[in-house]
Amino acid sequence: MVNTAEAPEGVEGPGFFATSLDKVVGLARKHSIWPLPFATSCCGIEFMATMASTYDLARFGAERPSFSPRQADLLMVMGTIAKKMGPVVRQVYEQMSEPRWVIAVGACASSGGIFDTYSVLQGIDKIIPVDVYVPGCPPRPEQIIDGLMRIQDLVEKEPTRRRDSSEYKALLSSYGIK
Amino acid sequence: MEEVELNKEFITSQLTSSFGHYIINSEETYGMITITVDRSKILEIMNYLYLDPKLSFTFLTDLTGVHFPEPKDELGVVYHLHNLPANIRLRIKTFFPKSDSVIDSLTSLFSSANFMERETYDFFGIIFKGHPNLKRILNVDDLDYFPLRKEYALEDSTRTDKDDTMFGRG
Amino acid sequence: MTISEINYKKETTLEPINLGQLTTLNLGPTHPATHGVFQNILQMDGERVVSSESTIGYIHRAFEKLAERRPFYQITPITDRLNYCSSPINNMGWHMTAEKLIGIETPKRVDYMRVIIMELSRIADHLICNSILGVDAGAFTGFLYIFQQREAIYDIFEEICGARLTTNIGRIGGMERDFTPSIIAKIYRFLDDYTLALKEFESLFNRNRIFMDRTIGVGGISAERALNYGFTGPNLRAAGVDYDVRVTTPYSSYNDFDFDIPIGKNGDTYDRFMVRNEEMWESLKIIRQALDKLPAGKHHADVPDFYLPPKEQVYNHMEALIYHFKIVMGEIEIPKGEVYNCVEGGNGELGYYLISDGGRMPFRLHFRRPGFIYYQAFEEMIKGSLLSDVVVTMSSLNLIAGEIDA
Ligand code: SF4
Repeated sequence: MVNTAEAPEGVEGPGFFATSLDKVVGLARKHSIWPLPFATSCCGIEFMATMASTYDLARFGAERPSFSPRQADLLMVMGTIAKKMGPVVRQVYEQMSEPRWVIAVGACASSGGIFDTYSVLQGIDKIIPVDVYVPGCPPRPEQIIDGLMRIQDLVEKEPTRRRDSSEYKALLSSYGIK
Repeated sequence: MEEVELNKEFITSQLTSSFGHYIINSEETYGMITITVDRSKILEIMNYLYLDPKLSFTFLTDLTGVHFPEPKDELGVVYHLHNLPANIRLRIKTFFPKSDSVIDSLTSLFSSANFMERETYDFFGIIFKGHPNLKRILNVDDLDYFPLRKEYALEDSTRTDKDDTMFGRG
Repeated sequence: MTISEINYKKETTLEPINLGQLTTLNLGPTHPATHGVFQNILQMDGERVVSSESTIGYIHRAFEKLAERRPFYQITPITDRLNYCSSPINNMGWHMTAEKLIGIETPKRVDYMRVIIMELSRIADHLICNSILGVDAGAFTGFLYIFQQREAIYDIFEEICGARLTTNIGRIGGMERDFTPSIIAKIYRFLDDYTLALKEFESLFNRNRIFMDRTIGVGGISAERALNYGFTGPNLRAAGVDYDVRVTTPYSSYNDFDFDIPIGKNGDTYDRFMVRNEEMWESLKIIRQALDKLPAGKHHADVPDFYLPPKEQVYNHMEALIYHFKIVMGEIEIPKGEVYNCVEGGNGELGYYLISDGGRMPFRLHFRRPGFIYYQAFEEMIKGSLLSDVVVTMSSLNLIAGEIDA
């Protein structure tokens, strides 16, 4: 079955269709997200289930997981991030090119989860900005897919200039990211 | 060689005849023979248990540390050995004061002791003499304490976002 | 490559022959082929690995410290996250350890139910390892085919306990509830389906020329070295040692069932793959026997001091309420003592060393994680092999980060 994405609002006439650039770019981006799966532990196994035949993440335009941060749009952090791992996550995020989105899958990535211990980072939002949090320990594949769809909504609505705005720059510099 | 049953009495008598007062105690708890020994002879004792054809405890199942703050603030190392053909397990324990936590490494005998000793060092700060690469294994290198000792808290002490009155810490 | 060649290569010294020609390659911790979080710094002479250094601990979560701050029944969820590919085995192992300390005898029905659940999760564990080995060798199809069966196992677990992956199945003293007829029907259906699926999976791999060339003679280890490195489980059996905790120290009525221990010969990647496949067949056999012979009786031991009463009783009966309160608030008597108990986990002997000082929480709980212990052989196993062999060797060892880093 082939699904065609719905056209954005615009002016239509014989042989032409006019709309704003933002909407076209948003539409295209929304359906071609390349995720970088940063799977460390148990949640990563649920992500595997999400990727496999039964749930099939590829339906959402995420056919190709990009293991190179340079070519990825979406960083999916799944699983516990220990303090030892923190700098690595941060570096992967810094290597990604704009525009980039981050989704924290599972209680551990969102807040440390059940591991309120000396060795676990209490949520990845301590080191990088996060767009969508998916609760659960581990979240079901449906929830992970839902998280991805929320990201799609964000991607679709994002103005093309957002990443140049001073608010965004302030956000990044509050994390110390250039 | 006549068949001998590997039981507590036999193992203890074998060990005592070679090591005398270095064997401090032997008992059997929950079906496991447990022998407490003096740490200064640990490598020799392990060697003996490994090489003696009647004993031949050649499989190191587990090695871990333990900290008893009461009554004498002691650290200990607990070894679990296994004689696979006879299917007999043996637990060897040894204790020493926290201020002087040095013990011989078993890496010359068991390759598997390498990571386990590093882990024990990482958790308890027990120095294994003769270990080829004794450094932290699980924690970050710049951690400045040994987290599994009883006096340290479980939680991250640098957290500021938790209200202690709500979470009952303190 | 033959085995004798591998042995020969092991003798090459660490010292590089032509210094200056070596390349340092950093594999991990986020490399897709290192699934999860292992870092290997390889010294390469062309395509060959001269030496390597592995770093672990990237998801160290302090389980052992955490366990010292949790009452006994709250430790089960921690064990879930050790080897998360087969959580139920970890759960059962913990329950049995606590039962051994307290001295609880479980009814036969509980034992059989546990065996069924443990063998199902053994299948789930081996299935992931083998299919991912296929993916790493370049065969994605097997993974997609067989993963549907893992979903079927998830379905069964979900019906038993409500969770898919981190299951928290069972209680100290038994199971939280009995198997319903629909669970039993589902397991029977799974047995039939999986027989077909596993046949299909095997026909994709077992005699596949490319797969055999990629795996035979790769990453081998001799039985002697494996024992010295503390190998257990399928990886040890692949090297030809028939050590299996289910047989040597039968727990949970394993001696009631008739099954074989498959062993390999060379301890290489192909043997590990085959041993896991064969073990899945054996597991199917065990599950069928256990289901056919499932004894009648209660689904938990009669130990109101440790086993949480059902909710309706708590709401309606004073006695049950008191027990519930006592268990949750930790006012039960836990004996003092020291036990070591082990089960055959997905990767080998999963041990629990528990010291109890009579308090509501363990004084010390140490997990013997099989993966942690055999991972140290990895440096030796890949010495002299090609870079692409490093990847398949790694995945055939079934390294689970949660278990290794604890
Ligand atoms: S949120 Fe739960 S399932 Fe996910 S990584 Fe953390 S402990 Fe594992």
